[in-house]
Amino acid sequence: MATIETTATADRPIGFGRLKRKEDARFIRGKGTYLDDIRLPGMVHGAMLRSPYAHAKILSIDTSRALAHPGVAAVVTAKDLETLGLAWMPTISYDTQAVLAGDKVRFQGQEVAFVIAVDEYTARDALALIDVEYEPLPAVVNARKALDPDAPLIRDDKEGQTDNLASPLWEAGDEAATDKAFAEADTIVTRDIIYPRCHPAPLETCGMIADFNPKTGQLDIYNGNQAPNAHRTVYAHVAGLAEHMIRIRCNDIGGGFGNKVPVYPGYVCAIAGSIVAGVPVKWIEDRSENLMSTGFARDYVMHAEMCSKDGKITGLRVDVIADHGAFDSTAQPTKFPAGFFHIVCGSYDLEAAHVKVKAVYTNKAPGGVAYRCSFRITEAVYLVERMVDALALEMKVDPAQLRMRSFIGPEQFPYETTTGWTYDSGNYAATMREAMRIAGYDELRNEQAERRGRGELMGIGVSFFTEGVGAGPRKHMDILGLAMNDGADLRVHPSGKAMVSISAQTQGQGHETTFAQIVAEELGIPPEDVQVRHGDTDRTPYGLGTYGSRSTPVSGAAVAVVSRKVRDKARLIAATMLETRAEDLAWEKGRWYVKGDPEKGAMIEDIAAYAYSGDPMPEGLEGGLDAQVIYDPPNLTYPCGAYICVVDVDPDTAAVKVRRFIAVDDCGVRINPMIVEGQIHGGLAEGIGIALMEVITFDEEGNCLNGSFMDYLIPTALECPDFELGETVTPCPHHPLGAKGVGESPNVGSPPAIVNAVIDALHETHGVTHLDMPCTPARVWAAMQGRPEPPQ
Amino acid sequence: MEVTITINGEEVSRDVEPRQLLVHFIRDTPGLTGTHWGCDTSNCGACVVLMDGKPIKSCTTLAAMCVGHEIRTVESLEQNGRLDATQLGFHEKHGLHCGFCTPGMLMTARALLDHNPNPTEQDIRTAISGQICRCTGYQNIVSAIRWAAEHEAAMKQEA
Repeated sequence: MATIETTATADRPIGFGRLKRKEDARFIRGKGTYLDDIRLPGMVHGAMLRSPYAHAKILSIDTSRALAHPGVAAVVTAKDLETLGLAWMPTISYDTQAVLAGDKVRFQGQEVAFVIAVDEYTARDALALIDVEYEPLPAVVNARKALDPDAPLIRDDKEGQTDNLASPLWEAGDEAATDKAFAEADTIVTRDIIYPRCHPAPLETCGMIADFNPKTGQLDIYNGNQAPNAHRTVYAHVAGLAEHMIRIRCNDIGGGFGNKVPVYPGYVCAIAGSIVAGVPVKWIEDRSENLMSTGFARDYVMHAEMCSKDGKITGLRVDVIADHGAFDSTAQPTKFPAGFFHIVCGSYDLEAAHVKVKAVYTNKAPGGVAYRCSFRITEAVYLVERMVDALALEMKVDPAQLRMRSFIGPEQFPYETTTGWTYDSGNYAATMREAMRIAGYDELRNEQAERRGRGELMGIGVSFFTEGVGAGPRKHMDILGLAMNDGADLRVHPSGKAMVSISAQTQGQGHETTFAQIVAEELGIPPEDVQVRHGDTDRTPYGLGTYGSRSTPVSGAAVAVVSRKVRDKARLIAATMLETRAEDLAWEKGRWYVKGDPEKGAMIEDIAAYAYSGDPMPEGLEGGLDAQVIYDPPNLTYPCGAYICVVDVDPDTAAVKVRRFIAVDDCGVRINPMIVEGQIHGGLAEGIGIALMEVITFDEEGNCLNGSFMDYLIPTALECPDFELGETVTPCPHHPLGAKGVGESPNVGSPPAIVNAVIDALHETHGVTHLDMPCTPARVWAAMQGRPEPPQ
Repeated sequence: MEVTITINGEEVSRDVEPRQLLVHFIRDTPGLTGTHWGCDTSNCGACVVLMDGKPIKSCTTLAAMCVGHEIRTVESLEQNGRLDATQLGFHEKHGLHCGFCTPGMLMTARALLDHNPNPTEQDIRTAISGQICRCTGYQNIVSAIRWAAEHEAAMKQEA
């Protein structure tokens, strides 16, 4: 793999390497185009009235005072939407969600009425003038209590729904074989583990500008979503509009992390508002709305048992209650109601495992979207990595050693897990050893003992993860019936400059650079000669967008394959140009040449010029130099990584400080290592947040207690250490570039390393064997005093 | 009320409601959408601009409070087609992903270097600790600002 610092070399540059990002030019000048930067002529502004109650009947809604307020154009309620057939919308998980509440509200912050006014200030003023009469009902916010026979019924809108079960029990693995493994085990540990509700909280909140033209029937949408083509299809279904008359443009997006995958009620209201008002409607939520009503993440209540025999992990049994909130809008492929959670066997060669998941409704915001996580893998990895540490504690062995003993061996790939996944490749022990080498693991253990002697509380936490990313093969998965494939359309212009259109949707991942590098690598032209077009459904091929770390595994593969198709076409054209046979040509750095006569050849730009010229094309070949593909991945890709975290716990305040964090990722071939490392840094910071600070909680009445950045704490530069990164490279055997995807790995792998480190710091001196996240000073202090919180 | 604020060296006058926030006043000025809004509560710093050379959060500052003060936004950093060292540093060191926090980070970086041309890593981390970046984990932002400090020192030496 060539590494280049600059592309301005005389020796034709190849694409891969630490290329500085193309998109920076506008961002460092403050010239990005985020949603709120777009102003259309005649545009009006929307604001959302939200429920103050978690559960209440709506007795009446009186909008007359709001309507009389100067500058207010319209107030939309559920009744108005009913006439348009838009009062309810389908969710991504085949449930329904109220766009605006009509019968009752089911979570605090639920959408009740939508005001359209001349400006944002006026629209928000008018919210206070809408009179809603509520009759409060008892709320349930605890997933276990939601299943009590006397729990209030949340989804009385659903015919035949008599309890709060959101989906039937779902199982994976082999129950009988698991029972056998446990019966034969030497050691068994049990834990109740909660992965609390947290939130992706991208810095730019969600919003939309909808611009319906009543004369042409064209609906123009400006929006920051992670899957514009899929959104267009959903709007066509929901609003009954013709799909080809909808155009969605996502310009620059201020972060997504999964939060911008779903369709939200505010979007539907903006569209309905524009259809009714006949002018563009802009709606952008504020921070509280983002935290309180849009896609949360996790909220898994888990009971687990793990066993070992002869010093090696052998079995795992997991029983999960998934809290989906008031509507099941969790983002999952159709056949996977618990996402990819059953990857919970992790990186270990288990004899057997069995997983049960049931989902419940509670009076909390809907979501269950990933937060930098490929469909519940974060929960799975957290669980298994906490359990391995619990087992190591019980067996009195070093947690790194127990992992090393139990890993799937490199010779076992492709490896079928007992729960049905086929891992493609990996060398787990090598990756683990590299992390231990960088960390200086043995010296760290010595240092820990030394510090303990001085009364200091230092902890070392280990985690090892296997991710499954790049959803996914159409034979296995779809979302709402849409195959999870991605398109790519590559045109090489007569001058040899190229444009590639992709269906992945960057939210900061640097696609304009990375995808240009892929084309550059494959065609042997400089990356700066490749323009990457994305974020516009009228000008990009169909595909399912960016989440689940799928950009490089799926869209990146599509770009590689389409580039090779163009190269193959170029070969046929070159054969005509050079008056030889195609099979007599060989490829090198942007050039087809005659085997045995390397001086005789044609550069890609010469071939392109020829392809568009008046000269004769090869028999049966159309003019031009372009191609398109839809890429259907044969399998997920399986990146892995070994993480080691060193924490210090203040004995007096119980504050946890992450002193060191070592992350060795194996994401296969790295196209742009600079961007890969940047992704890892970002995910590690999020992992620190989740492990130590970030949580969405509710009081018993269902009031959200973390509805602003004053309460939903996000790590700053002071909470994050200088990360120490390493790598091993096990190329993906089925990806055309050998790449595996990386975006989510650090968020998946880091929370267990941090929590394991905190417990490691406190176990010997304070007898702590378990802690739930976030490890706040209050919670850690309670655990140090022998007062751990009871399991939920 | 009529409000006149000097933004990037130019006087901008507008009739505004007394409650209008500075961030909206700035963004309503043509061409100045580089200053972003992110949280309402002074926590995220996407809205940071310089007031008389000091970083402030324009989402919790009223436009009316800025009469007679000099406001500087990200759009002022590039001068005569020459990027500021902070801008170059963010590009060189991959100090940005989605770019939404970048303008605020750049302004804080500029203010830091104006007062402390040779900041330590801890100085930099403290300076940007009132701002949130969800993408970078801060490490490359710290490197970017350090790069800018060294770049400016080298430029000065050359001059």
